[in-house]
This record gives sequence, structure tokens and C-alpha cells, in this order.
Amino acid sequence: MADAEIVVITSGKGGVGKTTTSAAFATGLAMRGLKTVVIDFDVGLRNLDLIMGCERRVVYDFVNVINEEANIHQAMIKDKRADNLYILPASQTRDKDALSKEGVERVINQLKEEFDYIVCDSPAGIETGAQMALYFADKAIIVTNPEVSSVRDSDRILGILSSKSKRAEENLEPVKEMLLLTRYEPYRVERGDMLSVQDVEEILSIPLLGVIPESKAVLRASNAGSPVILDEQSDAGQAYHDAVSRFLGEDKPHRFLEIEKKGILQRLFKSKEREGAY
Amino acid sequence: MSFLRSIKDRFCPPARSTATTAKERLQIVISNERLKRDQIDFLPNLQMDLVNVIAKYFNVDLDQIKEQIKVDLESNNGQSVLELNITLPDASLDEL
Repeated sequence: MADAEIVVITSGKGGVGKTTTSAAFATGLAMRGLKTVVIDFDVGLRNLDLIMGCERRVVYDFVNVINEEANIHQAMIKDKRADNLYILPASQTRDKDALSKEGVERVINQLKEEFDYIVCDSPAGIETGAQMALYFADKAIIVTNPEVSSVRDSDRILGILSSKSKRAEENLEPVKEMLLLTRYEPYRVERGDMLSVQDVEEILSIPLLGVIPESKAVLRASNAGSPVILDEQSDAGQAYHDAVSRFLGEDKPHRFLEIEKKGILQRLFKSKEREGAY
Repeated sequence: MSFLRSIKDRFCPPARSTATTAKERLQIVISNERLKRDQIDFLPNLQMDLVNVIAKYFNVDLDQIKEQIKVDLESNNGQSVLELNITLPDASLDEL
């Protein structure tokens, strides 16, 4: 198989939806027949396993593989829902310094030969763990909430991508950056209480990959340990599917950017529906 | 509903939206941070070049003068100011 493409899911700020996105994105790629592995880089605070619903199947982890205490095939967990999907969990017991650039490179080179896509779920922050997750990336999905601290931190991460990634250090073609705006609430944008997609695009000036609406389906999915993209009835699930399609070069119009127009009956229940509309 | 609102807005314009404030604040803070980020690349080089030029015309110790040169680049309202502050030791005016 050809060389895998390495995609980092990053944000700077915590709690904006990196792991939700990593799980959804990796699942979406695998559902399209692309052999995908998703790696949890959050050493010490492993969570991707929970979101993917494989927490009870973790035997070895990423750090075990780096330290050659286990081989990659012992550590990877095959997803039960998507055929082409594997999860490499983070260590829960070590600290962030357990990852060395050489070690990560060795593991990634091995995975490159077997997979089409390597999705790296970055920890929050701009320290070692986050830098390690983005170092080898070909593409970066910048997960951002329409909120000041998240937008600012995204810009910091963009700075690190353009100065401290392998591609930057070796003067190769720069990492391809894409914006994924999550927890978007059109209703609040219209009221002037929330930054709009256009605002964030303008400030960060990177191409827009997708907009994921604020959605109750996301918490339900994480409760169940099933990536939200598998909830194909939900707006968030559909928005992730669209984003994966765009990522693969399809031309998909953006959805869920406007307030849903309601019929008369629904308008009667508007006050009840509004907060629950997602 | 929207008719009533437009009358209300006509006579009592709505307060500036918080989203607008957020956008403006972000644009300012991010443009400053980007500038600082970019200048990291060349400011140390500029400083070294200045040290060498000073050493050519004044009688100074290279290591000593390095600490006496402050280089700052600041940007405000679309204008950038390059600020140089060079302190020369007394002996430096002696002939080379």
C-alpha cells in the first residue's frame, strides 16, 4: 500500500472537540474504504478509547510500542464497527515526556506502509505532546469554537505548524491547514452573540473544511462510546460526513449554517424547541 | 414581529453586538501576536549585525556590547516602530 497521509487534529485550547473530531473523522475515512489508524497522543490523559468505545480492549499502548515493550500489532485495537479502522491508545500512566521524536517517527513509518490515513489526536496545549502530534503531519485540521480564546489558541497552533513541524523545519511544502468550526449555533450568530463562520475564517485566514453545529447528539455519542458520525440522523453526524467528503476532494455545500425554518406548528413550540433544536 | 423590531431598532438602535466586539478584539490581539511570532526569525540576526557594525566604529568588546543593544519591533494602528537602544561604555570613544 502507498504511503499514508498523516492528518493531525489540533486546536491549542482544550475541550473544543478534538477527540470527538478525531473519532468521527477516522471512522468516516474508514467507512469510505480507506484503511485508517487513529492515534491518541494525549499521554497521561487517554480518552480516545472511551469515545471510540474500546476502553475495555486496551492491552498495550502507544508508549509500550515506542519503548519496544509491545509491537504495533499487539497495541492496535481493531474497531468493531468499521472494517478498515484501528485505534492506537495513549498510555494512561506515563507522562508526556514518554514520547520521543525518534520513537514516534519509527512507529509512524511502520504505520505508513500499512495504512491510507494516520489520524493524530493531539492533546490540548502547545507543549511537547501537542508538538509531537503535529510534527509529522501532512495536513492539519484546526478544531475551533466560535469563541475568543479558542480562536486565539488556534492562531497560536497555526504559528507552531508553520515553524516547528517537520515540513517547516525541512523547508518542504507547508502543512495544509484546514478550519473545522465546531459547536456552532446559528441562532446565537444571528442575534449577534456569537462569532460567525465568516468572522472566524477572516481572522484565521485558512480554508474552511466544515462547520459542526452544537448538537445533543455529541454527548449521546460519547455516552455510548460510538463516534457521532455513526448517528446518521443527527445534524452533527451529517456535518462530519460532509467534512470528510470535502477532505477527500468532493464539493459539498455547507449545511446547518442557518436557523432552521420552522412551520407554524413548530413555531408554536418555538420556545421549547429553541434550546433543543440541535 | 420583524416589522415591530424594525420600528424599535429605528428609534432605539440595538447595542453593538458582542460578536462584533469579539471580532475586533481578536483582530488586534492576533495581529500583534503574529508580528511578534514573525520577528523572532530575524531580530536576533539584526541584533548581531548591529553589534558588528558598532564594533567597526567604536572600541568595544563584542560580548559586552551584545548586552547593551536592545532591539524592539512594535506595531500599532498599521504602523511599525523599530526601536534601537544602544548603550556605549565610556572607553568606546577612545580611538580604535
